[in-house]
Amino acid sequence: MAVLQMQRINICALKKNRKAILERLQELGAMEIDIRLEDDSGYMTMDVSNSRATFEKKAQTADRALEIFQRYAPEKAGMLASLAGKPLIDKSLFDDAAQNQESYIDTAERIVTLDKQVAEETARAQKYRDQMEALVPWLGLTVPVSYSGTRRTSVLIGTIAGAVNLESIYELIGKFAPDVEAVDVEIISTDRDFTYLAVVCLAEEVQAVEDALRAGGFAKPAQAVDKIPAQYQKELQREMEASLEEVKHLQEEITSLAGERQNLRLVSDYYRIRAEKYEVLGRLPQTANTFALSGYVPAKDAERIVRELSDDFGAAVELEQIREEEEAPVLLKNNRFAESGEGVLASFGLPGKGEVDPTMIMTVFYVFLFGLMLSDAAYGLIVAVACGVLLMKFPRMSLNMKKSIRLFFWCGLSTLFWGIMFGGYFGDAVNVISRTFFGKEVSIPPLWFAPLDEPMRMLVWSLFFGLIHLYTGLFVKAYMYIRDGKILDAVCDVGFWLLLLTGLVLILMPTEIFASISQMTFVFPEPVNMLAKGMAIVGAVGILLMSGRDKKNNWGLRIALGAYDLYGITSWLSDILSYSRLLALGLATGVIASVFNQMGSMFGSGIIGAILFAVVFIIGHAFNIAINLLGAYVHTCRLQYVEFFGKFYEGGGREFNPFRSNTKYVDVKEETRI
Amino acid sequence: MSELFTNGQVWALLGVALAVILSGCGSAYGVGVAGQAAAGVVTEDPSKFAKVLILQLLPGTQGIYGLLVAFVTLSRIGILGGTAPDLVHGLLTFAACLPIGIVGLVSARHQGRTSVASIGIVAKKPEQFAKSMLFPAMVETYAILALLVSILAIFSI
Repeated sequence: MAVLQMQRINICALKKNRKAILERLQELGAMEIDIRLEDDSGYMTMDVSNSRATFEKKAQTADRALEIFQRYAPEKAGMLASLAGKPLIDKSLFDDAAQNQESYIDTAERIVTLDKQVAEETARAQKYRDQMEALVPWLGLTVPVSYSGTRRTSVLIGTIAGAVNLESIYELIGKFAPDVEAVDVEIISTDRDFTYLAVVCLAEEVQAVEDALRAGGFAKPAQAVDKIPAQYQKELQREMEASLEEVKHLQEEITSLAGERQNLRLVSDYYRIRAEKYEVLGRLPQTANTFALSGYVPAKDAERIVRELSDDFGAAVELEQIREEEEAPVLLKNNRFAESGEGVLASFGLPGKGEVDPTMIMTVFYVFLFGLMLSDAAYGLIVAVACGVLLMKFPRMSLNMKKSIRLFFWCGLSTLFWGIMFGGYFGDAVNVISRTFFGKEVSIPPLWFAPLDEPMRMLVWSLFFGLIHLYTGLFVKAYMYIRDGKILDAVCDVGFWLLLLTGLVLILMPTEIFASISQMTFVFPEPVNMLAKGMAIVGAVGILLMSGRDKKNNWGLRIALGAYDLYGITSWLSDILSYSRLLALGLATGVIASVFNQMGSMFGSGIIGAILFAVVFIIGHAFNIAINLLGAYVHTCRLQYVEFFGKFYEGGGREFNPFRSNTKYVDVKEETRI
Repeated sequence: MSELFTNGQVWALLGVALAVILSGCGSAYGVGVAGQAAAGVVTEDPSKFAKVLILQLLPGTQGIYGLLVAFVTLSRIGILGGTAPDLVHGLLTFAACLPIGIVGLVSARHQGRTSVASIGIVAKKPEQFAKSMLFPAMVETYAILALLVSILAIFSI
């Protein structure tokens, strides 16, 4: 359990080694770049925004190509594929990709272009389809829609709104153009909105006829095509088929390139790494021949980095202790067990300046309390086995994911332990199954006691575990004070509280109220009772007098602050009562499990009964595990964050974010790694 | 008619019904409003599904606590087991069921609304998920306390 000591590293080297040094640092991934110049006159920075943008764009092109593959030739991914993590590849493979970057990016661009062409051709085919649709009402016409007539006759082709019949059109002409000698109207087709017609008349009378028709709502088509509709439709059909054929060809071409997937991934990551390097490059202060670089490294790696940089690249490197006012980034170092709780801690906040890393203690309690809340041996076993299998099956899953799953593995084991202690195996499944199907009730007795039978006893134990948890928090606080040499603070802020609380608990234990609640009777010898009272009084007086000690001799204010602080005893009460959720959630698991067992057993003991029991059992317990896992997770977090951390921990540290190869698809195996 | 009111089992069953009805209604409301907010977030960013689902489920526990109390009670009042209580015990059981019913109803509604706010946090700052989970969990405390009193009372009657 520790926050790794950081050191500031300052590097100054020749410009010709610039890229080599940056590449090496990126490979090592152990340094956070943090350039601070007190005086930047005489330095200049390089403008790399162009090359950086180019690299980023290329990485994006490769990503787009990969997305396109996913659309045309999807890679099958299992449900748990997101756990698999990035594959580890040899550096030589990656270097090959770097060699062939141009051709790979050409491929990517080709794929993106092909995809664009697919979209264009599809749009074209759609356009032909629309045109064909618009042509349908005119199919009966044997002349082009734009046809206007012969030398002596005129043809009017167009639509009239609404479905009209032949008579009404003749009526219309008769009414508005009574002088017209000869006119022939042909209805080509009718749909709900329009009537499509062709009207033949003498050339000299066309105006009169048209005016008459217009009065009835006649309009010429907006786009008159000078081809015979039926023929034109065939042409369009051919064009559309050609477009669709083209789409198919293009798609086939894209699919045929799907083998390039791996190369595209490599090249995308290659450009991503380069873009990142250029980002740093752009921030480097440089002179004509040298450049400078500064940042944080973990102290344990510092010597090796210094040696490597000065030996291989002739750089001038110096290490500095972190200055008082500086806030160094935080990197945690824990053993394999405690490491699993780092995610929970980081969600709350990494240790701030001067705080200890509470991961180890917190993880122990996390696992302990989680098990108490879920407290069913079978559920615990299922959780532990599931997490174990995942860890074995996906050794390359991302580090944070691995930590969380490992945490739940431990929580599963703890649940198994508490399940055996409290006698819960799928709730009371053993009893129910033996009673229903074998006619004789068998039960596995709890190793300790069954909370469902003695809820009060469980309540008292829950509060007791809570007290231990909170005391531990106080001890950590005392440790931090003592470490910083603040003995007085340790005594006043922790010692007095411990005295007061312990005294109060000891006073409470022998009372009748406590005995009636817990069904446990404690009889202390008289000196212990006296001692308890003494402790409580000393603690209370101490808090009253010393809480406002920074107010020196302003005794009125000092006592007032002390009294206010003493009032904090109520928050202790609520904190401890909060641990009653251990009982409530434990009971919830057990009781809901037995509800499902009972529901399952209602179908009797025959074969059908057994099958239905199995169905209810599986669905019911799956539901119960899910809902109680969620409950245990949320409430364990709450007990840690609110009750436990409330006693000593604030967080607020900044995560160590080293300059490294942030890849998306693959991890590159390095020859040497710190 | 009057013997209905002097029948202990009637009172006890009334309590069971209230425990389930009130807390169930509260949870249905809470999970409902949180679900609407969650659905909104998922339309924008489907990758947040798991996180907002957890937040949506948080107000659902009150209904389960109600069921828990109801089941324990049913198995003690001669319906799923135990013996039918007399009038006094029936009334006592009725009273014991009230805390989880009423507190369940109110706390689930408020927890639902807190969950909606927390889903807002996840929508904007998904890395603050752990903290966003705490706010609804705070409300839940009071449901747990009510559950505790209901359970302890029923076990002790």
